[in-house]
Amino acid sequence: MNKLVEIRWHGRGGQGAKTASLLLADAAFNTGKYIQGFPEYGPERMGAPITAYNRISDEPITVHSNIYEPDYVVVVDDTLLESVNVTAGLKESGAIVINTTKDDEYLKKALNGYNGAIYKIDARKISIDTLGKYFPNTPMLAAIVKVSGIMSDEEFLNDMIGSFKHKFAKKPEVIDGNMKALEVSLKEVKKVK
Amino acid sequence: MGIRERLSGNEAIATAMKQINPDVVAAFPITPSTEIPQYFSTFVNNGTVDTEFVAVESEHSAMSACIGSEAAGARTMTATSANGLSLMWEMIYIASSLRLPIVMSLVNRAVSGPLNIHNDHSDAMGARDSGWIQLFSENNQEAYDNFIMANRIAEHEDVLLPLMVCQDGFITSHSIENIELIEDDKVKNFVGKYEPKHYLLNDKEPMAIGPLDLQAYLFEHKRQQAEAMKNAKKVILEVSKDFEKMTGRKYGLFEEYKMEDAEVAIVCMNSTAGTAKFTADKLRSNGIKAGVVKIRVFRPFPTTEVAEALKNLKAVAILDKSDSLNAAGGALYEDVVAGLYQGKLNVPAVNYIYGIGGRDTKPDDLEKVYNDLLEIAKAGKVENPYRYLGVRGDN
Repeated sequence: MNKLVEIRWHGRGGQGAKTASLLLADAAFNTGKYIQGFPEYGPERMGAPITAYNRISDEPITVHSNIYEPDYVVVVDDTLLESVNVTAGLKESGAIVINTTKDDEYLKKALNGYNGAIYKIDARKISIDTLGKYFPNTPMLAAIVKVSGIMSDEEFLNDMIGSFKHKFAKKPEVIDGNMKALEVSLKEVKKVK
Repeated sequence: MGIRERLSGNEAIATAMKQINPDVVAAFPITPSTEIPQYFSTFVNNGTVDTEFVAVESEHSAMSACIGSEAAGARTMTATSANGLSLMWEMIYIASSLRLPIVMSLVNRAVSGPLNIHNDHSDAMGARDSGWIQLFSENNQEAYDNFIMANRIAEHEDVLLPLMVCQDGFITSHSIENIELIEDDKVKNFVGKYEPKHYLLNDKEPMAIGPLDLQAYLFEHKRQQAEAMKNAKKVILEVSKDFEKMTGRKYGLFEEYKMEDAEVAIVCMNSTAGTAKFTADKLRSNGIKAGVVKIRVFRPFPTTEVAEALKNLKAVAILDKSDSLNAAGGALYEDVVAGLYQGKLNVPAVNYIYGIGGRDTKPDDLEKVYNDLLEIAKAGKVENPYRYLGVRGDN
């Protein structure tokens, strides 16, 4: 892993992109890393485009600005591809991970010739199958962990069971579904050829 | 030693408040400091602390309640931001003139208008002459540490002044970062029991607080306040030394980063200092001798000490996250330059107003400042000392 990994999340208000960035920070923290997790606050409303960020490093992080040249980008809602320049500044040595069912040709075209790696995952299907509802952030969290290699699958799953037990202390019935969503997503995220 | 955690800046302050367990907290929520009374009120509700939490109907009432309870003899705290501090206005002067060591968490945000909820330092700069001690914090750790040290400083008998701990709204208040917490019992021992010498509820010493104070005495009372502010410098250093003994974390009136051999440096406060350190490191890898001076204690201002730290530079940039709108320069710039003048130090100094209303300050912006400083160093003079950084149409 590089010394400093920078990740930018694009989602819509209500989809949990901010929560996912905080959960990723948590998971990386628990494996001994230095972390930052922060959303870019604007007028918050359901459905509006939102951005969140993560920095993950083996050393203390002092920089306190937004991220303009991320190593990885996560797109939680593919309708953003046509309204937000999601690959802005994205390093070609990095990758973009998109929640979508669109075909590969559409994705390549929508990303304006981005030459780095493109990954996709059907977070809607996984979420409905495992949780019975559409919460795309859990599958996307697993997808970015897999693509970025910030930690191993085992480390991640072991850590998340603890996080979910804490986060869902008042509704433990959803823990199994969320864990299942993570496991399936780690397998389902696919590179666009 | 210490507890490895990850918390937002607001969580860090609420945690410090919980560990200190003050007698009274009176607060009214306002973005971006809302979470502090929100988290703290849950600690009150579930019995983690035995603080009297006063849910008031405005910030004016919050500060009024703080004044009443602190005068009565109770250790008292509050939290606010921007327009919340504005609404406290007349009461913050009363708090300091009555010598009440109230502790406030000020999560810095632009004072409207037009309406803006994001970070700059216009709220703190507005209060710079109000007689409150002002400590600034680069990150969550420093916000927490400053808050743990706050009572010891404010309540010291040579000081007896209210104190605000500042941190950048959203940038640190809402960012989750690593932090090392101090064990509860250690915090408790460090902060100590509050035993005011004089207080209203002491029936053995009947007293009046805040009566009419006209031509015959007000001046002397203000002079005493000024003396207390001078004393605060020494007390801050003493408390910081004790804090270092407990945690290993060293704090002074300001922090010098790679200043030993620096030729150009940025002076700034709060989170920008971290970005400046990052930028200075990058420039040093290209052979540029860049440094950073981060002001921790803005009131009282370490005039001569800062000038001493800057004396060997070829050029210095002072960054103000608030425009004084005085056609002359920002508040931090004027204080730093006054020290250079008093020390007869001819270091070319330039002021940048930056980051207003949450405008993001990137490493690239600060690299531009360092590059400007190299030009100034070469020329040996400053053409236009009152500049803007990162504003459209004026760079």
